[in-house]
Amino acid sequence: MTGNHQTLALLLFSGFVAVTLGITTWVSRNRHGSAEEFYAGGRLFSPMENGFAIAGDYMSAASFLGVTGLIALYGYDGLLYVVGFLVAWLVVLFLVAELVRNCGRFTLADVVAARMSERPVRIAAGTSSVTVSVLYLVAQMVGAGSLVSLLLGGTSPAARAWTVIGVGALMVIYVSLGGMRATTWIQIVKAILLLSTTVALTVLVLVRFHGNVDQLLLTAADRSGHGLAFLAPGLKYGGDWTARFDFMSLGLALVLGTAGLPHILSRFYTVPTARAARRSVIWSIGLVGAFYLMTIVLGFAAAAIVGPEAMRKSNAAGNTAVPLLALDLGGANSTGGTVLFAIVAAVAFATILAVVAGITLASSASVAHDLYASLRRRRAKPYSEVAVARTAAVGIGVIAIALGLLARDLNVAFLVGLAFAVAASANLPVLLYSLFWRGFTTRGAVWAVYGGLIPALGLVLLSPVVSGSPDSLFPGVDFQFFPLQNPGLVSIPLGFLAGWLGTVTSTEVPDEAKHAETEVRALTGAGAV
Amino acid sequence: MRYHDPWYDALASGWGELDGAGVPAPEVPYARREDEGRALRAGDVYVEVQRSAAFQEVRSRYLRFVVPGMIVFLAWYVAYVVAATTAPGLMARPVAGAVNVGMVAGLGQFLTTFLLTWAYARHARLRRDRAALELRWDTQELTRGVRGGVS
Repeated sequence: MTGNHQTLALLLFSGFVAVTLGITTWVSRNRHGSAEEFYAGGRLFSPMENGFAIAGDYMSAASFLGVTGLIALYGYDGLLYVVGFLVAWLVVLFLVAELVRNCGRFTLADVVAARMSERPVRIAAGTSSVTVSVLYLVAQMVGAGSLVSLLLGGTSPAARAWTVIGVGALMVIYVSLGGMRATTWIQIVKAILLLSTTVALTVLVLVRFHGNVDQLLLTAADRSGHGLAFLAPGLKYGGDWTARFDFMSLGLALVLGTAGLPHILSRFYTVPTARAARRSVIWSIGLVGAFYLMTIVLGFAAAAIVGPEAMRKSNAAGNTAVPLLALDLGGANSTGGTVLFAIVAAVAFATILAVVAGITLASSASVAHDLYASLRRRRAKPYSEVAVARTAAVGIGVIAIALGLLARDLNVAFLVGLAFAVAASANLPVLLYSLFWRGFTTRGAVWAVYGGLIPALGLVLLSPVVSGSPDSLFPGVDFQFFPLQNPGLVSIPLGFLAGWLGTVTSTEVPDEAKHAETEVRALTGAGAV
Repeated sequence: MRYHDPWYDALASGWGELDGAGVPAPEVPYARREDEGRALRAGDVYVEVQRSAAFQEVRSRYLRFVVPGMIVFLAWYVAYVVAATTAPGLMARPVAGAVNVGMVAGLGQFLTTFLLTWAYARHARLRRDRAALELRWDTQELTRGVRGGVS
């Protein structure tokens, strides 16, 4: 990439950082420092604002760069990801958004702990939330690191390391100073930037092909070298049965994982009522759906216009498909191309930054509100929770920077899929059981969390991702035992099974009054904060 | 100033806490009341509301929409994923031009997601919201009566 690209991209990105830091300062100017303010932004966002923020939280760099790259390289098989990412929102809308808004205050553990013996449940749910967040966070940090070396030309390890450190430092500033209010506004700004860039690119693609989608698909198939097989499933996941089961596992994790992601759950608390939570999910389904439809067009367009050789040369995983497409759409070797390329690069950075801030906030809430509140000494000062959360944001930032530097050679899409699998295995069963099962007990809740979390993480340790294959983390050793890369197919049913088993074996009599309270509150909103 | 709209009212009230501003001071000093007895009676309110016909109606309306909806879209999604991984030949069958069965199915997933979202929103707005709001108001009145001794 030439110097012009770099300077302009850096300039635009600095503009975004300046604007977001401005927002953070402006927002924190008259904050009250209450937990309500820090975790939930005062709960006064409108459904439309929150819908944009949710969409901003969800449309990560993994979808903007990773999924378009997969479509550009593997055609139809990349599209399968997109479908899973979108359909998942129906689970959120039907079963989770309104009920969680009505029952909880700040975190997932609030919903579960209301019915159960509080301490063990809070510790379990807090642990799994932090685990999911850290996995997701590492994926974004790794993405930031590879993005900088790909887009700004600096492939040196030092440039990567400094990018990861810089992103981490910025996210700590946003979160610890601005809390949920600043984070939400950053998400909104980023969602608007990302959507308008995607719309502009899609329009340019359609203009290039005179609105003829059929011709776009045929050109893509032709140029890919696979012919019409490019437009049908099987190029990436069609090999042996292990690959096919791996894909089913991923599909299950994607569709069930969204409803267990802590940073998505915490967004429902930023609106005043369950009805507003429902309307914000509807907004985000519209926005996310439109975005993914456009990424399909962009992915096939990258295959048709840029071609697989150029993409593979730039990045073997296809992560640079969209920036390369932008360069060509704006006119290669012209000012238009440079500008468009720089805009796409800056928006991709902004995406990573905003998503990272959202996850950090959610996990600092879990640390302070669930783990610290359960483990601290009884007579701690009552106002310390927000202070703890701010400190936790710094701590999580440091951990994420360290892990991001260590794991920089791992595949970003894999890490995101893993975070979804852990969320679906550890968080979703306990959430659904406590909302809908009258006889659910404390032991069931604790078992459901650990019974999903431990198998999910354990199976990854024993999978080819960690050892036993040339691409794995430790190619030298071989303790591979589990053939699939994504544990979801096994660990999600295990989470549900463990919750059921723990409940039927426990001697505890389920508290009927508390179940009545949860059910009435969940469906009517009585007593909701 | 006290808003008599329960949606607003909720902002000031907490989970298992007394209301904030606007509630007249309890006649009996807080410390003298037995906490356990209070909690028990507040719990009784929820059991009573849960058993009421109005709540059962809201609950069954919710479940009657959500359970079939979940089954339909999960089955449709699983069928799509399984078909894509086990029957690529079927998915590759051309429909019109470059568009094949797989493309139609994928776009169909988008379409059903949008349709079910719309149907859910409509169902909730027309069949559930009003009744739920009234129940919320009643429940909060009852718990306030139990907790504060005034209403």
